[in-house]
Amino acid sequence: MARPRTTLLILAVLSILVLAGSIRYGAIDFSLSDITAALRSLVGGPEPTLDQRIFLELRLPRAILCLLVGAALGVGGTLMQALFRNPIVEPGLVGTSSGAALGSALFFVLGGILDIGMSIWSLPIAACIGGVVATYLVFILARSREDGRASIVMLLLTGLAINALALSAIGFLTYIARDPQARSITFWSLGTLSGANWKSVAIVAVSTIGGTLLALRYAKQLNALMIGEEEAVYLGVNVNKLKWIILSINVVIVAVATAFTGVISFIGLIVPHILRMLLGADNRYLIIGSAFMGAIILSLADLIARFSLRPAELPIGIVTSAVGVPVFIYLLRRRQYVF
Amino acid sequence: MLEARDVTFTVGGRELLSGISASFEPGKLHLIIGPNGAGKSTLIKQLARLTRPMTGAVLYEEEDVADVGEAVLARKRAVLSQAIEVAFPLSVREVVMMGRYPHFGGSPGPLDHKLVDQLMDFVDVTEFASRNYQTLSGGERQRVNFARVLAQVWPSDHGTAGFPKCRYLFLDEPLTFLDIHHQIDFMKKVRDFAAAPDAVTIGVVHDLNLAARFADRLYMLKGGRIIAAGEPTQVLTAKLIREVFSVEPQFVETTEGIHLIFG
Repeated sequence: MARPRTTLLILAVLSILVLAGSIRYGAIDFSLSDITAALRSLVGGPEPTLDQRIFLELRLPRAILCLLVGAALGVGGTLMQALFRNPIVEPGLVGTSSGAALGSALFFVLGGILDIGMSIWSLPIAACIGGVVATYLVFILARSREDGRASIVMLLLTGLAINALALSAIGFLTYIARDPQARSITFWSLGTLSGANWKSVAIVAVSTIGGTLLALRYAKQLNALMIGEEEAVYLGVNVNKLKWIILSINVVIVAVATAFTGVISFIGLIVPHILRMLLGADNRYLIIGSAFMGAIILSLADLIARFSLRPAELPIGIVTSAVGVPVFIYLLRRRQYVF
Repeated sequence: MLEARDVTFTVGGRELLSGISASFEPGKLHLIIGPNGAGKSTLIKQLARLTRPMTGAVLYEEEDVADVGEAVLARKRAVLSQAIEVAFPLSVREVVMMGRYPHFGGSPGPLDHKLVDQLMDFVDVTEFASRNYQTLSGGERQRVNFARVLAQVWPSDHGTAGFPKCRYLFLDEPLTFLDIHHQIDFMKKVRDFAAAPDAVTIGVVHDLNLAARFADRLYMLKGGRIIAAGEPTQVLTAKLIREVFSVEPQFVETTEGIHLIFG
């Protein structure tokens, strides 16, 4: 059993290396002395210079948010695939992400008008509601009239329709929006980390880390599900309860991440796929591994997004789609998986 | 001891099981026979508490199992189903280890590893231990799953405290995909398992000759009812076989006992 543990350790080390690269390079590069001076100013060192403040208030939260969002999307993908026993499901495909983006956009546009009491949790809650409603709609509409089961083909097609609906609603909202934050349709539909700050880091950290740790407790039950729902029952799993718990964890971690970054697709698809080749299908390793792998891949995508048009940047969703779509098509064309 | 009391089960207005009453003692091999659609698999699922009866009850050691928690039951009851597919590439060893899932919390202990090794050896799949389950043939998969369910109901060192005291093994057409050598080998192993004084073993088989040879008690099912029950010689009569299976049997004397041929 040393091999999966070693792989996880390597992934953890790689995440730290990627984080280091991600805080050092970008629109402007920070030297190591800048970085250490900036960090020292936090613990009572001399006042930070302007550059150092840019580092502390923009670069560092962005890099950490990127790790957390990548982890959330990776874990979300792994959970969805384990639950549906199919490697082509991911939160972006079944409406969770676009629903969450719509919930957040609604919050920005209507929240100002309605003047509801706002706390830092209002936005993530709005995103969760959007994510839950859209995901629930996809599952209800995809269900067969005969046996009440949702086939994968129906799920994907219904997801496509709900995604399109959510994105056009977002388009409408951004069109009428006054709030500059909600004005950019690019933000919601293509995903970007440029709005990162320490508040978003804290909120996403709570949901992602909490959700992942909770999901780990169900890893064994998700493994049992791999040999079929009936067999899982015989192995002592309360399958209906498991489905609800896992779906809820998934919606919360993905929706909260999406609230601050917009829709970033295909991370949840690629990450479990690569990991199964490295680690095998055992969810006890896969869940924690997909947190690291998601963080690594999204950080690399973010570096590409920041470098390719330097000093301007690409929306990160363009980068993840460019890599994710070929993987998706490859998986679709493989005959090994039955739909 | 397992008892079915007047179990009736209806799906979509169709009665799949009607008034099934039977008791299954430990230490004996109970086999269910019957034509297609007789309700054999449905009965197994009822007895193993996958589904609950509409009326009547299934009792394990005189306690109704309808409301017993999944996790409690899973430590003492295993079911070998037909044609198990695994959704993702898993090694044979991991599939067998699943049988131990109800018994350990976080990670398997040394005893779990040892038992899995022994059982893979027992069903002769050790050479595939690290192979991907999805690449195995139907018969090989069946043996792997046999090891898995045996691992689940293997006598544990935790003692027999708590409910239920007996161990329950259900087999739903376990011989499908097995070649003749492995069919006989399988039935011998099941008979040995069933001989344990705390083992309640109930299976469905199609081959009447294997059923006659290995069963301690036979149950003949038709249209969701038990038509006949008893020792194989009492149940496998020309009249009943004709009536239930619509074939004409001949009884041939062989060195292994009576053998059935069908016309």
